[in-house]
Amino acid sequence: MNALERHRALSRIWASDPGWRGWFTSVNHTDLGRMFMAVSAFFFIVGGILAMLIRAQLASPRSAFLGPEHYNQIFTMHGTIMMFLFAIPMFEGLAVYLLPKMLGSRDLAFPRLTAYGFWCYVFGGAMMIFSLLAGIAPDSGWFMYPPLSSAINSPGINSDFWLIGITFVEISAISAAVEITVTILRYRAPGMSLARMPIFAWYALVTAVMILTGFPPLILGSILLELERAFGLPFFQVAHGGDALLWQHLFWLFGHPEVYIIFLPAAGAISTILPVMSRTRLLGHQWVIASAVSLAVLSFGLWVHHMFTTGIPHLALAFFSAASTLVAVPTAVQIFAWIGTIAKGRPQMHLPMMWMLSFFATFVIGGLTGVMVAVVPFDWQAHDTYFIVAHLHYVLIGGFVFPMLGALYYWMPHVTGRKTFFKLGNTAFWLIVPGFHGTFLLLHWAGLLGMRRRIDTFDPGQGWEVINIIASVSSFVMAIGFALVLIDVVVNAAVAIRGSRDPWGAGTLEWAMPTPAAPYNFASLPQITSREPLWDTPDLPVQLARGEGYLGDPSRNRRETLTVEPATGAPEYIVVFPGNTALPILMSAVTGLFFLGMLIKAYWLVPVAAVGVLGCALVWAWGLQRRTPEGPLPVGRGLSLPVASEVAHPPGWWGSLFLLLADGTFFGSLLFGYAFLWTIAPNWPPQVWAQPGPHAIAILATGAVLAVIAARYARLWILQGSAMIVMGASGVLVLRSMPDPTVHAYAATVWVLVGYAILHQFIAFVTAVFHGMTRVAGHDPRTGPGLHRITVLWSDYAVGVSVIGIGAAAIPGFV
Amino acid sequence: MLAGCEERLSTVHPAGPAASAIADLWWVLLIGSVAITLLVAGLVLWAWRRPEGAVSERRFVIWLGLAFPMTVLWALLAYGLFIGERLLPREGPDTLVVTAEARRYEWRFGYDDRPGAVTRNRLHIPAGRPVDVAITSVDVVHAFWVPRLAGKLDAVPGHVNTLRIEAAQPGEYAGLSAEYNGPGYRGHGFTVIAHDAAGWQAFLQGEAP
Repeated sequence: MNALERHRALSRIWASDPGWRGWFTSVNHTDLGRMFMAVSAFFFIVGGILAMLIRAQLASPRSAFLGPEHYNQIFTMHGTIMMFLFAIPMFEGLAVYLLPKMLGSRDLAFPRLTAYGFWCYVFGGAMMIFSLLAGIAPDSGWFMYPPLSSAINSPGINSDFWLIGITFVEISAISAAVEITVTILRYRAPGMSLARMPIFAWYALVTAVMILTGFPPLILGSILLELERAFGLPFFQVAHGGDALLWQHLFWLFGHPEVYIIFLPAAGAISTILPVMSRTRLLGHQWVIASAVSLAVLSFGLWVHHMFTTGIPHLALAFFSAASTLVAVPTAVQIFAWIGTIAKGRPQMHLPMMWMLSFFATFVIGGLTGVMVAVVPFDWQAHDTYFIVAHLHYVLIGGFVFPMLGALYYWMPHVTGRKTFFKLGNTAFWLIVPGFHGTFLLLHWAGLLGMRRRIDTFDPGQGWEVINIIASVSSFVMAIGFALVLIDVVVNAAVAIRGSRDPWGAGTLEWAMPTPAAPYNFASLPQITSREPLWDTPDLPVQLARGEGYLGDPSRNRRETLTVEPATGAPEYIVVFPGNTALPILMSAVTGLFFLGMLIKAYWLVPVAAVGVLGCALVWAWGLQRRTPEGPLPVGRGLSLPVASEVAHPPGWWGSLFLLLADGTFFGSLLFGYAFLWTIAPNWPPQVWAQPGPHAIAILATGAVLAVIAARYARLWILQGSAMIVMGASGVLVLRSMPDPTVHAYAATVWVLVGYAILHQFIAFVTAVFHGMTRVAGHDPRTGPGLHRITVLWSDYAVGVSVIGIGAAAIPGFV
Repeated sequence: MLAGCEERLSTVHPAGPAASAIADLWWVLLIGSVAITLLVAGLVLWAWRRPEGAVSERRFVIWLGLAFPMTVLWALLAYGLFIGERLLPREGPDTLVVTAEARRYEWRFGYDDRPGAVTRNRLHIPAGRPVDVAITSVDVVHAFWVPRLAGKLDAVPGHVNTLRIEAAQPGEYAGLSAEYNGPGYRGHGFTVIAHDAAGWQAFLQGEAP
């Protein structure tokens, strides 16, 4: 079989459906990555238009262009869209597109999950856009502080759009994060140990783990606030034992890591692009990885610096102030490593490199103003003024948008397979960068002169007029620049001439394929011996196309790729991917009905949609089960490996593990909230406690012991499932003994804790029964060890959260 | 830009000890930041022009990346902590206490030294004496901010936060709500009236509203 025949055979196996159907049934990461990036670019345009409206309104004092009711929706949606619908999805899209190509794999770990997440993002984003067009968009600011956003002060549907729409969109962040984590740990080319992994993958891994641990507090907060708004559970109402500060803690527990979730992928792009543009290797590779990891860890200890003015004791503030300034250290390590890289190399002034330099010119200033506001007394003055607005735009635009524009021009030849022919991008650069500084630099000063953020207009005579008109004019210059980038990309993608395969002379694997990429990425998978395989073996692409790597033989006629042992990169097993399917878009549409039911208060729709989602999930999972074992199969180069369904820890087990990491963080945040209300909120303790009695505890203990034992034996699946029902009964007993949850936040919180436990008992029950059904259906036990271990994982987790959750709910009644 | 009523809300035209300390802090921060920005810009320029060749990882990562920011940041933290501690409301012989209660869209002030009196959107204080403002809210989260006198502190429902303010000279100082609180946010402010000794006695005796 020659290279062309192999290409044809693989293309037939891997291609998306032809025509318009392909858009909806594709599970291919190249397609979905491009769709992710295109949709997030669309949201960037929407957010940008809102920004232009803001600047038009603030161009002159006493402007009558927009009234507060519109202005408040506009600034809320500008922040919300840029954070949730542009920045995070743009990272997801870039990672989805690039990672398998960089790692030497043929797709991401869970192709259908990629599609499911994408469609959840599209449908959730559409909800938000609808609210904007209908004039009923959220208007409480992008951090939605209750009680301003509570039902009593915001009775309209506006806040519900935020809480429900954003939670829906976050499904895509969590699913992409699970996917990225498992892909980076397992779906690499043979021989690619952690030490040989491209630096971008390190950053993406850190970012994905941060999403898994950073987003759950926000999702929890949104659920609690929506429960308060819809059903009167008073988590944030001080008169009923709630506390407005609980929201602020949960929000910023997410909100600060979020900043680094946005910055780190951009830093990953810089660490990838800047050395290539300097014709050298990254200086201090290990140090840069260590900095990324320590940034991630530190970023979870800083959230209180958004709350320096809330009345937290000064010594506690001092701790968070120290942590907040400390975060500048790993950032400095990276910046100086990059400067050192330029110094040791031979830098060339291509457009991507120009964006890297604009990053330095902008992000350093944003970082320094960040250190300023980390100093507590200064923050007492700067907080909630235009100083903060300027600071955060320096960080986010300088630290994310500029490097991403560099990334755009660096990888555009890869996506389109064309040369960047038209030089509009250079003109755009010289509009955007000065336009940006013209917009935001002087706004720092306006803040110090007392200009608060979020005011809809201002009176003349306070020294703000000149600053604001300069800012508005410059912002329009910047907007013209972004429009030019858009035109440049469209024109280059459409009509520029075909380019060479590796235009920058990079060493990473994504350039070891013809561009635009074939749906299967690599005709055969390489054996990796260093961090820059293309520099070691310049004719690697030809070798791979000739099928000299692994899995070069398409005769099994199905989508296959390899996984490796996480640390060493030794090949472990074959994964067989599912083909094109409309199941993901169907399932996300049904998920959308669930959220829609909540939104429009058509509560009958909610359980119906939930059953629908469960049905889709079962069909989805059943399709992965194999009736008969295949044994080890040849993968080329004299090696034989088993397939995923016959190994102990298949991708589904790893996916479950990382999903449970997010789930556990959610549960931990809930416990934090319970403890916070207990210790900090006024109007505690409540007047009545739950009194479930000792029998409820005895039933829980019995169910838990049964579940732990039964889960260990695959044939005891009936007992395993029944144990979950027993534990569920104890949960119901606790709930029956509860006081009215609308009266006090204690009872409301306990309802959520127990409800969470019951939900997980149900999930564990379903997985146990699902596993049992494969046995009933006569599947060979050798195809089931992985599935069984997945049920053990969920079962043990359900036992853990039941004991802790129901225990925390029931014990106060005894004491 | 620095004249007349343009300074009304300016944090860099302080009129009391707390705002002065923070304004000084700002100028220190600004000078330090400009110096570091120039240093980094100079380094990038140097790196760009330097011919290709090995550089010391130790110099860039350990000295510039770790040691340099650590030194600067610890000094800064100590300075910030010192100022912050000094600005805290502490017991003192001539400290007096007022209460501030925020709602949409009004501020109500009460006075320990003149029980029963409530003033709306006007806070009376004596000049030259430290005043502790006990801040709370009856509806949403607000913040109490008199830019020329001190930093801001939130008014959180169910909690009472205490902020130390002091006006060096008699006069009127503009105050603002500085946490977004809905459609009336822009106009939600108040005035602090700092009296001389005689004026304050007159206020306490109920002669001024």
